[in-house]
Parts: sequence; C-alpha cells; structure tokens
Amino acid sequence: MSESTQFMKHDAILDLVGGMAQVLRKQLSDRNLDNPAVIGIHTGGAWLAQHISRLLQLQEPTGLLDISFYRDDFTQIGVNPQVRPSRIDFDVDGRNIVLVDDVLHTGRTIRAAMNEIFDYGRPASITLVTLIERSGRELPIQPDVIGLSPPLGLDDHIKLNGPEPLSLEILHGARTAR
Amino acid sequence: MQNLQLNEHGRLRHFLTIEGLSRELLLQILDTAESFAALPGRPVKKVPLLRGRIITNLFFENSTRTRTTFELAAKMLSADVINFNISTSATTKGETLLDTLRNIEAMHSDMFVVRHAQSGAAHFIARNASPRVSVINAGDGRHAHPTQAMLDMFTIRKHKGDFTPLRVAIVGDVLHSRVARSQILALNTLGVSEVRIVGPRTLLPTEARALGVHVFHDLAEGIRDVDVVIMLRLQNERMDGALLPNEHEYFRLYGLTDERLESAKPDAIVMHPGPMNRGIEMDSEVADGPRSVILQQVSYGIAVRMAVMSMAMQSQADLGGEA
Repeated sequence: MSESTQFMKHDAILDLVGGMAQVLRKQLSDRNLDNPAVIGIHTGGAWLAQHISRLLQLQEPTGLLDISFYRDDFTQIGVNPQVRPSRIDFDVDGRNIVLVDDVLHTGRTIRAAMNEIFDYGRPASITLVTLIERSGRELPIQPDVIGLSPPLGLDDHIKLNGPEPLSLEILHGARTAR
Repeated sequence: MQNLQLNEHGRLRHFLTIEGLSRELLLQILDTAESFAALPGRPVKKVPLLRGRIITNLFFENSTRTRTTFELAAKMLSADVINFNISTSATTKGETLLDTLRNIEAMHSDMFVVRHAQSGAAHFIARNASPRVSVINAGDGRHAHPTQAMLDMFTIRKHKGDFTPLRVAIVGDVLHSRVARSQILALNTLGVSEVRIVGPRTLLPTEARALGVHVFHDLAEGIRDVDVVIMLRLQNERMDGALLPNEHEYFRLYGLTDERLESAKPDAIVMHPGPMNRGIEMDSEVADGPRSVILQQVSYGIAVRMAVMSMAMQSQADLGGEA
C-alpha cells in the first residue's frame, strides 16, 4: 500500500475556494460574461461547484456531470460501476458556463466534460475552475482560475475527500487512475 | 463449471440468463441503467461509449418491439447496428446456425443480440462465438428473456424502491413464458418477500415449488395484498394442444379488471411485457388506468438494454491487453 499525507483541511480549502470565487467574479466581469451557470464534475468538482455557486450568489441549481460515458479510456477500463446520472436543469444554449473540477491533471476529464456539455447545447463560453492544478497535462487544456499548484512527484496522486468535511490528501507512489 | 456469462474478473461477458448471476451484479445493471434513463431528456440522446463498435441483431424469430428497443439502445450508445431477420433469410436456404454465425463474425461484429425460438440458442452461440464477441439473449424459446426481466425489475424499483418487502404476483401463462422464468429468478435473487404465480393448472409449470414461488389458481386470491401484478400474454403461438376452453372463458377467470384489482394493495402497479391482448389478459380500463406502468416498461427497456450492452462490452476491455 502507498502512504498518504494530509495536505489541507476543510477550513483552509474553503478559504482557498473563497479566494477563487473572488478571482472568478472579477474575470467574469472583465470578460463581460454575465449570467453564469455552474457545472461541477462528479464527485469532487460537484462539491466545489456548490460552494462557488453559493459564493457567487447564483440562484440556479448547479449542474452535475458524470463523465464516465464520455471517457476516452472506456476500452481499457470499462464502465465505472458507481456511475451517476448527469443532471443539468438549465438550458446550456448561449449560457456562460463555469466548469468546476477538483484536480486538473492530464486534461482528459475536462475534454470529456466539454464533449458532454456540448451534447446539452451550445454554450456561449466555458470558464474552467480547478482547485488543484498539477503537472502531467496530455492535452492542450489550461484552467482560467486555480486554487493551488502544489509541486507533486510523477507518482503522487492528490485527492479531494468530502463533502463534509473537505480534505486534500496526497497518496505517495500511487499509480494515478487517469 | 465456470459461468459462461462471466469473465475471469467476474464481470458480465455475455447476458444469457438471470440464473447464476449475483444480487450485486443485478443491482449494478439497475444502477447503470439509472444513468442512461436520464438521456432521453437531453437534446442529444446519445453517449459516445460504444462509438466504432458494431452490434448485430440476430433475430431468428420476429419481434418488432424488442428488436427496436435493442437497436435504439445500441444507437444511443453510438454503436453501429446491423439487423438480420434470419427467419426470412439464410436458414430458409439451408445454411446452418454455425455457418450463419461465422459469416456474421466475418463482418467484424462485436456483439450479437440473439432471439431464437429454440431454448438454449443464445448459449449455443455464446459457446461457439469468437472470444471477442459478446452475446445478449433477447429471448430463447421457453427458456429465458433476461433483459425483459431486468427492465421489469427496473420498473418495480422505480415505483417501489426497496425489493425486500414486496409481494409480486405473476398472472397467466407461466408455463410457456420465458419472461416469467427470468422474472422469478430475478425477483428471488433481489430478495423480494414473496413471488406468486397465478393461473389455471394447465398453464402453470409443475416444478413451481422448485422455482421458489407460491401457486394460486384463483385470481382474486392470488393478487390479494400484492404490491406488483405482472400480467403475461397468452402465448397462442407456443401452445400445442387445447390447454384452455377458449379466450372468453380465460378472461372470465383470469382477466384483470378494475374490480378484481381491488384485492391488491391500493398502490399496486400493473405490468405487462407486451404485446398485450386487450380483453383477454386485461381490460382496457386497467391497461390504460392510473396503476398501469406498461408504457414506462418500454421506455425503461432502452436504458436497461444500454446498461447490459455497455457492461458486456467491458469484458472486451479486459481482453484488451492480451491482444
């Protein structure tokens, strides 16, 4: 078994998310992206999306994406047995979407999420918000708003646990899942 | 003997019968189907999961609804679909089942969906197909119709939640029904409190007790206090010999009417695998009434078939590294 370190606890994460929400609010206003709608990627991104939506004082329920059916590694790993239905209750067409995930790593999850969002409609824009940005990108995808970019080894895996309390954990020497 | 339906990792490789499958696996099918059930509400009713795969419907026996829902399920998974209606094709020209199989394999199919009038046909094809092909049983003779049973379980769970407290009555021609056989296995595996079969002696199997069901010959008694009533179709085409006086007599004794339904629980749901004979198995007032979930069964059938197809294709993912 690989060993793990507690990296960050609930309150510190919420402080970080608070800062991210401020940066996001400024960016949206600078770029004239009004009436944003938040979508979180199952599971960690969905928890963070709730907080961000609350901090931006948005009334609409946040959207939830489970990108299992859109992953490019289905032929290697098959269907995730814990797959949940995606749920977006607003019309994506013409909306400014704020897409939230916990960790940006290879970029493949975000690619899959964008493919799925486009199956709901044609958004006016997508702004990418991630709590953690780490090295290891395999696709040309970059975040607009990030919480932290911690230095991580190639074999380290960082994971958000939650939703209550939230905690960030680093698994050392773990083979990353995606 | 190892279960033909599972691969070495215990994952679904073929879906031929409910027999031998665990409660966990059946629940995994229902949970996966739950995700697919949300798809029809979206502008794009498709996910790219099986893009580039070829699924072949091999129907040796006619069935518009089952074939169509399998085809729709495959297309909603982005697979390409070929339909063979073999009753009107090669076998009438003298080709054997194995020859037909080899020919269709040569067309690079990844999955066969098989319906056949002979019990065991899907098993035969699964045993003889190439290791890179998964087989789904869409009904074989009197033996099994596992996707129909699972869509019925999905419908029941949607309305009732937990399986364990439920009493379920299956009414009618159980003897000739592959649907009933699969339903009984699924209900017992999922742990319902009681399964009843209700019908005239001539239409109930003699091995009823071995199936783990209670037998009733009176309809009102049989559906008393049940949560779910499943009506079966009279399988006229599968009856060899006069098992019934006539259809009017059958309706008089076993046809479901609003009045008879009174003895079931007030919130009982009524199901039918279709196609239904109005005025024989049930009255129109029941079929079109508030407790009927018959049309939902058809919609849920697509989601359940998507789940089974994508899970079976997963076993090919397990093969991936060895190729």
